[in-house]
Amino acid sequence: MNTASLVIERGTPASRSAGIGVLTIILLLAIAPQFLSAGAVDRMTALFIYVILAAMWNALAGFGGLVSVGQQVFFGLGAYFAIRLANAGLNPFVSLFVSAVIVGAVSWPISLFMLRLRNGEFAIGMWVIAALTHLLVNLDRLIQGETGTSLISLNVYDASTRRLTIYWLALASMTALLAILFSLLRGSTGAAIRAIRDNEDAAASVGVRVTGTKRQLFVLAAFGIGVAGALWLATAITFQPKTYFNVQWTAYMIFMVLVGGIGTFEGAILGALLFFLIETWFGGTGVWYLIGLGAAALAFSLLLPRGLWGTLEERFGWRLLSVGYRVRLPASAADPTGEAISPAPTAAHSEKA
Amino acid sequence: MMNQIVQGVLLGGYYALIACGLSFMFSVMRIINLAHGSLAVLSAFALWLLASRFHISPFLGLLVVLPLMAAIGWALQHFLLERSARGGALLPILTTFGLAIVIDNLLFEQFGADTRSLAPFIGSLSYDSWEWPGSLYVGKLAVIIFITAVVLLGGLQLFLTRTGLGRSIRATSEDPDTAGIVGVDARRSMAIAAAIAMVTVGLAGAFLGMRATFDPYAGATQLLFAFEAAVIGGAGSLWGTLIGGIVLALAQTLGARIHPQGFLIGGHVAFLIVLFIRLYTSGLGLRGLLRLSTRKAS
Repeated sequence: MNTASLVIERGTPASRSAGIGVLTIILLLAIAPQFLSAGAVDRMTALFIYVILAAMWNALAGFGGLVSVGQQVFFGLGAYFAIRLANAGLNPFVSLFVSAVIVGAVSWPISLFMLRLRNGEFAIGMWVIAALTHLLVNLDRLIQGETGTSLISLNVYDASTRRLTIYWLALASMTALLAILFSLLRGSTGAAIRAIRDNEDAAASVGVRVTGTKRQLFVLAAFGIGVAGALWLATAITFQPKTYFNVQWTAYMIFMVLVGGIGTFEGAILGALLFFLIETWFGGTGVWYLIGLGAAALAFSLLLPRGLWGTLEERFGWRLLSVGYRVRLPASAADPTGEAISPAPTAAHSEKA
Repeated sequence: MMNQIVQGVLLGGYYALIACGLSFMFSVMRIINLAHGSLAVLSAFALWLLASRFHISPFLGLLVVLPLMAAIGWALQHFLLERSARGGALLPILTTFGLAIVIDNLLFEQFGADTRSLAPFIGSLSYDSWEWPGSLYVGKLAVIIFITAVVLLGGLQLFLTRTGLGRSIRATSEDPDTAGIVGVDARRSMAIAAAIAMVTVGLAGAFLGMRATFDPYAGATQLLFAFEAAVIGGAGSLWGTLIGGIVLALAQTLGARIHPQGFLIGGHVAFLIVLFIRLYTSGLGLRGLLRLSTRKAS
């Protein structure tokens, strides 16, 4: 094969039009509250939070190879610090984001420790951290144990201002977090991240800084989930430690990412969308809904571990939000779809060098 | 004080019992089964059902439930874990987590949110105690649990070192491919190991039900206890698990003395301290935090 004639591409025509499509969707969402009922605005806010959760868990598990079942710790802390800051007199909306920054800062020392664990040990280790944090938050007198408390200072805003502000904050946070993740994955860190995802030992052997890269993802995921927790608090107002530090949040994240497609940027978003629809339709069925979610996660991990998007992507060579590199053979050899060779560490490294 | 230490040590027996299945499975299959706690609770509910519906004492009920748990373990390995382990080290975590959610919620659907206990079905055993010198009162049940744990751990150790089947399980845990070359059926050994692990889980579930209360969502806590005891006990031998369980229980006892809500906090903190020390004294990454050294046993 004549290597000189290979073309390295960073996108496809589809991915370029998808980029424009994404911008259009975000603009439409920004003006959507004009046309939506109050209830619909609330639901959309929930959707944005789900997208954040899915994208952040995917960043950690799908790209960093770190499956955690304790991510609810950052969700709960995001809400808890927001309560604390607002109680100290900070504007409630500002405290949502300051809180997330604190969560990110707290996750740093945790990462020093936890990232030395592997696979299942990391997964349950994080769960222990979440359980311990939950118990410690319960000790705070302000929280009053499991009784909980509320973000009272938000009440100075009238209901519709509050609803719209939270909607836009959620939309902006989602967009910003997805953009950060996207640029991280597309940049030189992204090459390292995908190398780690594909084979950690091999990546380390060619000089990828495995732990440093993982730590970046860990802190980003903690920050993002902290934002999500704080936003959830803003929509729900009440803070009961049990609801926020519930492992169910991680179950939702796992469901969204597994069904959508673990390790693909678009898959997490698709998964969040599906989860949102399923919740809207079946959420009322209570326990059977949860059984269904668990069974779906079980089935996908066994039968379709690449998830919906991963499978479609593989079969049809789709790339909408392309973070990788494509090696295209010259016209004679290429099949119509352009036979994508999915992000190969070698391609990544020629780029890095 | 002395009394609390004795109680703590005895409670450690229960933790060792629930931890040994987890670390046994991990050392043979390299899988941490996140449904571990939920399966223990499942066993407790099965015994409760037998006792309350058919008036079968939980001890007799074990004759039904333990074979059932063995079958579940075999099926678990055959239909779920074997398949998902082929997809890498991360997939089994997700599979077993999904399974845990399904089990927890099915139990909730079937039995509701009420907390149950097996204590009413074991007569005076649940509150009887012996008086030991120094006016120490120790519960008969707690002693039975502790002795069961010791016997089980010792039996498992003997089984792994002295029997052909045990040796083939150990060979599989070292290296399934090489074991295959020398004629060990690795798939069979793993399925048997899973069945054995589930029998210990079933037993742990029974004692969970007898010594305390449980509800459909109690599995997560039991999983954390099992994991903590196994990690604290560390990569020694099965006896390490017993020490891990005792340390965990003593830390919880100490935590409860310091603060009324300190019981669980004490356990978690002890776990993290041990982890911290282990990480910074070993210097190496923790490849096998939970791994039982079967070599030492031989």
